[in-house]
Amino acid sequence: MILDIRDAAFSYDNQKNVFEDISFSVDRGECLCILGPNGTGKSTLIRCLINVLPLNNGIISLQGQEISSLSRARVAQQIAYVPQNHDIVFPFSVLDFVLMGRAPHLQVFSSPGKRDEEIAHRALVTVGIEDLALRPISEISGGELQLALIARALAQEPLVMILDEPTSHLDFGNQVRVLHLIERLSVDGMAVIMSSHFPDHSFIVPQRVAIMKDRHFIALGDAREVVTAENLREAYGIDVAITYVEEAKRVACLPVAGSAPTHR
Amino acid sequence: MEDRSGLIRPALIAGLLIGMPLVLFLVSLCLGRYQVDPVTAIMVLAAAITEFIPGFPVHISHIWPNVVDTIVLNIRLPRIIAAMLIGAGLSLSGASFQGLFRNPLVSPHILGVASGAGFGAALGILISGSGILVQALAFAFGIIAVGVTYLLARTYRSTPTLVLILAGIIVGSFFSAMISLTKYAADPYDKLPAIVFWLMGSLSSVEVSDIFWVAPLMLICMGILLLIRWRINLLAMGDDEAKALGVNTRQMSQVIIITATIITATAVCISGIIGWVGLVVPHIARMIVGPDYRKILPVSLVIGASYLLIVDDIARTLMAAEIPLGILTAVIGAPVFAYLLRYRNVGWR
Repeated sequence: MILDIRDAAFSYDNQKNVFEDISFSVDRGECLCILGPNGTGKSTLIRCLINVLPLNNGIISLQGQEISSLSRARVAQQIAYVPQNHDIVFPFSVLDFVLMGRAPHLQVFSSPGKRDEEIAHRALVTVGIEDLALRPISEISGGELQLALIARALAQEPLVMILDEPTSHLDFGNQVRVLHLIERLSVDGMAVIMSSHFPDHSFIVPQRVAIMKDRHFIALGDAREVVTAENLREAYGIDVAITYVEEAKRVACLPVAGSAPTHR
Repeated sequence: MEDRSGLIRPALIAGLLIGMPLVLFLVSLCLGRYQVDPVTAIMVLAAAITEFIPGFPVHISHIWPNVVDTIVLNIRLPRIIAAMLIGAGLSLSGASFQGLFRNPLVSPHILGVASGAGFGAALGILISGSGILVQALAFAFGIIAVGVTYLLARTYRSTPTLVLILAGIIVGSFFSAMISLTKYAADPYDKLPAIVFWLMGSLSSVEVSDIFWVAPLMLICMGILLLIRWRINLLAMGDDEAKALGVNTRQMSQVIIITATIITATAVCISGIIGWVGLVVPHIARMIVGPDYRKILPVSLVIGASYLLIVDDIARTLMAAEIPLGILTAVIGAPVFAYLLRYRNVGWR
């Protein structure tokens, strides 16, 4: 296992846990999608996985080594993080932005060189935005920025990529494109963990799914076994239909009309 | 960058940036009430250098009056070096702080160093007026102010940079009040004008001996900032992202705060408070070369050094009496910046 999480618990104030008893693991070529309502702690769990927040209990081991015992650079050589959104302060060019992914591989006093630029360029080609290389990140679309963030993560040459709601700010078409990009990365051997608000997406690309609710995983397994009407009802409090749609040639997950009259 | 003009422009900018400070340095040596021609100025410098190195084979004979040696080497040279170092240092600190705090409106004084140093100097003038004591107290209180700001901010667990700015405002206003208190207590015919003039900034009292301790301290700190300049880009990504990119953000912000504070405190204690340079020069650099700190820091250094040198030349030659630097930096800088703001892309959003 590349990344193994055992009995993880986290609390901001040492009194009330944001999540607890979370255990799972991901291996090369696997994609795990974490679903769950707003505010269940998906993003907090992700911040623990990238070693930004320390767990209060349990361990996260990266290739057998406990993550909190590794230096930030050592972790970043193996785990890359794609944030949900990125505030642009200074309008770096897309290439310079992606080049920052080389940081964990460079010494403190050095700047990226030719080889790093090649790696960054290859990452841009992989996500398909190489023609934007010299454009400022402030002048590209939200979907392109998401791709640039993924390219930056690829430039880290990681074993694991962790994406926080990579599809949340994207239009209909870009959601599907980004899902397929993530699928391709995992087919090529990357271990992927992502969070999402779209149970239906787990039927578009093959994924393992975890459903997070009230600090726990209430289900973990293959999308077909986990994304069920019962589990989604428990997680989101609405009725959904899971049904095969002939025209889409796949199973789809659709909210039932009038199933959530009150706001929760 | 494909078309030819795109290649000429960077080369032209690079040439200008290297040539400008050298030309200004020479011009400044010649400027003043006692005119020295450029050839003599170069000869005086060359003679001084050859005599400084023991056993140097070439000897340049002094064909100029002794007073020229004194004016060029003892009066103008230290002042020029001080102006260039301070201009470069304040600009570099300002640029680094803008990256660290992810905010283009930050100046090197944001953590309270200027108010602290100002209070130290005012206190020094009030209790004795000895130059060394004033410098020492200014330096010490500059460092103390930033230290207090940092400790105050450390009591919070999250959003350290925002809390740091807030703590800087608290400490800054405390020391500003203390400055007012010393002014209020000062003798209005003797001490008070001295404090007021000190706070307005001037390089008129810089001596050769000052350069010997200021230059190494500033150059080392500036060197450190230049070495980590690419990594300042990473801080601009925000705390979580920088950490996820493998940056030890706490250590890195400590390095930037310590080096920038030493630079600023050193600058303030020999020149008084010079505003504007550290805030605006990084913007001008950003307009010329874009947001990448690999380029912003060296360009800020050159522009800052040149800018303060020009301003100081004006301060000492325009009128019979010295004009305080703190006034001129803004009076000259504001229209220039207003022009750039109007006609050039600012380089941040």
